[in-house]
Amino acid sequence: MSIDLTVIWALIIAFGIFAYVVMDGFDLGIGILFPAFQPGEGRNRAMNSIAPFWDGNETWLVLGGGGLFAAFPLAYAIILPATYPLVIAMLLGLVFRGVAFEYRWRDEKHRPAWDMAFSLGSLVAALSQGMILGALLQGIEVQDRAYAGSWFDWLTPYTLLTGLGTVAGYALLGACWLYWRLDGGVQDKARRLARRAALATIVLMGAVSLYNVALRPEYAERWLTAPELYYLLPLPILTGVVAIWLLRSLSKGGEATPFWLSLALFLLGMAGLGVTIWPNVVPPDVTIWDAAAPHSSQVFMLIGVAITMPLIVGYTAWAYWVFRGKVGKEGYH
Amino acid sequence: MFETFDALLLARIQFAFTVSFHFIFPAFSIGLASYLAVLEGLWLKTGKPVYLDLFKYWLKIFAIAFAMGVVSGIVMSYQFGTNWSVFSDVAGPVIGPLMAYEVLTAFFLEAGFLGVMLFGMEKVGKKLHFFATLMVAAGTFVSAFWILSVNSWMQTPTGYELAANGQYLPGESWVEIIFNPSFPYRLVHTVTAAYLTTAFVVGAVGAWHLLKDKANLHARKMFSMAMWMAALVAPVQIFVGDLHGLNTMEHQPQKVMAMEGHYESHPDGAPFYVFGIPNDETQQLDWALGIPKLSSFILKHDFNAPLDGLDTIPDDEQPPVFPVFWAFRIMVAIGMAMLGIGLWSLFARWRGKLYDWPLMHRAALIMGPSGFVAVIAGWVTTEVGRQPYTIFGLLRTADSASPLDAPAVAASLLAFVVVYFTVFSIGTWYLLRLMKAPPKAQELGAKRGDTGPIRTAGITPGPTQNPGEGDTLPQSLLLPKEDGQ
Ligand code: HDD
Ligand code: HEM
Ligand code: HEM
Repeated sequence: MSIDLTVIWALIIAFGIFAYVVMDGFDLGIGILFPAFQPGEGRNRAMNSIAPFWDGNETWLVLGGGGLFAAFPLAYAIILPATYPLVIAMLLGLVFRGVAFEYRWRDEKHRPAWDMAFSLGSLVAALSQGMILGALLQGIEVQDRAYAGSWFDWLTPYTLLTGLGTVAGYALLGACWLYWRLDGGVQDKARRLARRAALATIVLMGAVSLYNVALRPEYAERWLTAPELYYLLPLPILTGVVAIWLLRSLSKGGEATPFWLSLALFLLGMAGLGVTIWPNVVPPDVTIWDAAAPHSSQVFMLIGVAITMPLIVGYTAWAYWVFRGKVGKEGYH
Repeated sequence: MFETFDALLLARIQFAFTVSFHFIFPAFSIGLASYLAVLEGLWLKTGKPVYLDLFKYWLKIFAIAFAMGVVSGIVMSYQFGTNWSVFSDVAGPVIGPLMAYEVLTAFFLEAGFLGVMLFGMEKVGKKLHFFATLMVAAGTFVSAFWILSVNSWMQTPTGYELAANGQYLPGESWVEIIFNPSFPYRLVHTVTAAYLTTAFVVGAVGAWHLLKDKANLHARKMFSMAMWMAALVAPVQIFVGDLHGLNTMEHQPQKVMAMEGHYESHPDGAPFYVFGIPNDETQQLDWALGIPKLSSFILKHDFNAPLDGLDTIPDDEQPPVFPVFWAFRIMVAIGMAMLGIGLWSLFARWRGKLYDWPLMHRAALIMGPSGFVAVIAGWVTTEVGRQPYTIFGLLRTADSASPLDAPAVAASLLAFVVVYFTVFSIGTWYLLRLMKAPPKAQELGAKRGDTGPIRTAGITPGPTQNPGEGDTLPQSLLLPKEDGQ
């Protein structure tokens, strides 16, 4: 049996999305939490802690979109029209928060307004991303290689739940990042926020998981029947363990630990979702093989990924290393 | 039928609007990134502080322009799927990988080194910092390389196969797809355009400060550098533009006919119309004012060569002539004006009056935004001239759109218009404010502290620069005042 490139590409896209979610997740999360910090030192330091990274983080979103377009063009062509208003809302949210990074330092008089733009933009982007995910999971109506549903198919209690879950999860990542990278009063504040966000995330993750089983019969079958059940059981158990560990680490333990544990929580959550929809890329009917780009496109891109990905990871890690350590009062000089 | 037409038109307007806005920023940041690399390189080589000061001056401007380019670009990468889903499905196997390569080789490179370039000078040292600047500049070029390859493939598709399910698939060799016939011309012409655009912005800023204080050393330096670019690169651009046009005539003859306003064929020498109002209804150029036989000379290098007109092209394959005809004239006029400024600066240099000729400085100031007008005009020529196709000769625009209803597209278009005008106008205003501050010795870079924003005014850096304990600096230090103090 030859290696199935389509599966490899599905894994690469999944990796890209995971990388996006954890990297931009924490900086969107900081945006979501921004109003909780006092104007002045708290906000400035929170902003400084991500200023050198946000552009790189957001590039993973471009890779997610671009990669999907390249590797699964049909999926790209179905999902985007199906979730059109959400995508537009996400993009506009990202416009506002992206420019706020520069603008807020340029215009003291309107800084509160740009802080608001940063925060609302982040919130809208996070909510939209979560709802897009929900809309995908609940299934998209397709006919003749095109979206065939109606305007508001994406708006259901389930998608609202996934949206809120994503917002809570990003806030958790953001708070843990700040707890790690700041000190003093702001750090304490970040810890308190992290604890609340962790509770919210865990509750919402649980709710989404339960809802999933009720969502489509094939999801229930996957999760509730033997023998799959036995293979999959470790996933929820592990998630529970990480969740408890995370809550405990927020009362005591290393400063970086909660951040890494929240990442683990996200990884497990995504693995769960992946297992749920596999092997579809657009549930209920479009499999990854239906949507895949032809062999030659896959090979061509795989070469590119194989050469560039190690370099990208390398210099990204270097940039994080350059700006390591606590973000002091003096910022990055 | 009427409904789908509406949605299509709105989708086209939305795409044209978002991509035109996007392109304004790369046109500036491709050039500016290279200019910054040159400045930092000269500083490392000569050790003269003037280069470092200029580097820091333009770096602050770059940071804002780049941020606007990034956020408007992220919108673009989703526009294909939201508004042109049929096109995405059909052409995805060919152009998707090229765009993925753009992300992998360009966007990550820019973004990865941008943080170090903006904030890392003290952290990594001069050499590594210079390396980061070079990587950002290289990233902008590589980005242009891939996206222009995609666009050129849509203009002159080669190396593909048509699959049974209607998709275009890559053929034998990717080289044939990437280096399609119009790509080399488009790449050179567009990157040169970005350099010229930047040179004229830098030149205008230099001229503005020279008009206020002709002794300002920093203003002199940037003005002189910009005028060298104008004098050397404008003629190159016109030459390349001519080659580009000849290439287009070979592959997309109807586009050139529309550019020239040639509704009818000219068997013995076609005129070059300087003015005219194209009328697609009557297939005539009203109020035409032409120079006899000149068009044949430009396009065929022979005054009497015959040239076909749009009468040889079926009606449903003709592009709308008016926008193509006029956009092309605007671009060429600006190209000529740029050449004029370049020559004028050479003359001034020779007379020793480069820094002391207010009339010329005023002219350079007026030409400051001209590059942006030219690049947008150039793209309108290119893209409207490709109509009615998205993939020339293969896929019609009318068959490319997403199955969306007009109100949905209209609402999002409205949102884009409102948000873009607000956000990018404000950004432009910040840029202009930075440009208004005179460049000077001991320029502060894009440092930013916890207690103060990037400071633009003339305070000496040092531990005492930030006396207040509060969040802000006195107003006087933030806003460069009218008199430049
Ligand atoms: C500073 C910008 C600038 C200037 C001064 C010029 N151009 Fe240009 N032109 C562009 C910037 C540009 C561009 C934005 O880069 C375009 C749009 C797409 C492309 O390939 O390049 C373009 C397209 C474009 C095309 C369309 C080709 C096609 O789509 O097939 C032609 C024929 C020319 N140009 C020719 C010229 C000539 C003869 C010029 C001389 C005066 C000129 N351009 C000046
Ligand atoms: C290099 C990457 C680009 C690609 C891949 C691209 C592709 C496209 C596509 C798919 C359309 C929609 C179909 C249509 O309406 O014709 C379009 C239209 C258009 N694009 Fe581009 N474009 C690119 C760059 C640009 C730039 C930089 C500009 C302007 C600054 C531009 C200006 C336009 C305009 C004005 C239209 C509308 C034409 C019309 O509807 O008559 N394009 N382009
Ligand atoms: C429809 C066509 C286009 C798409 C889909 C597109 C997409 C993007 C995206 C996603 C970004 C953000 C990258 C990041 O996160 O750092 C970006 C930025 C950029 N794009 Fe575009 N782009 C298009 C047209 C063009 C054209 C025609 C050029 C130049 C010839 C160009 C040059 C750049 C450059 C240099 C940047 C870096 C940011 C900046 O310099 O402002 N793009 N583009």
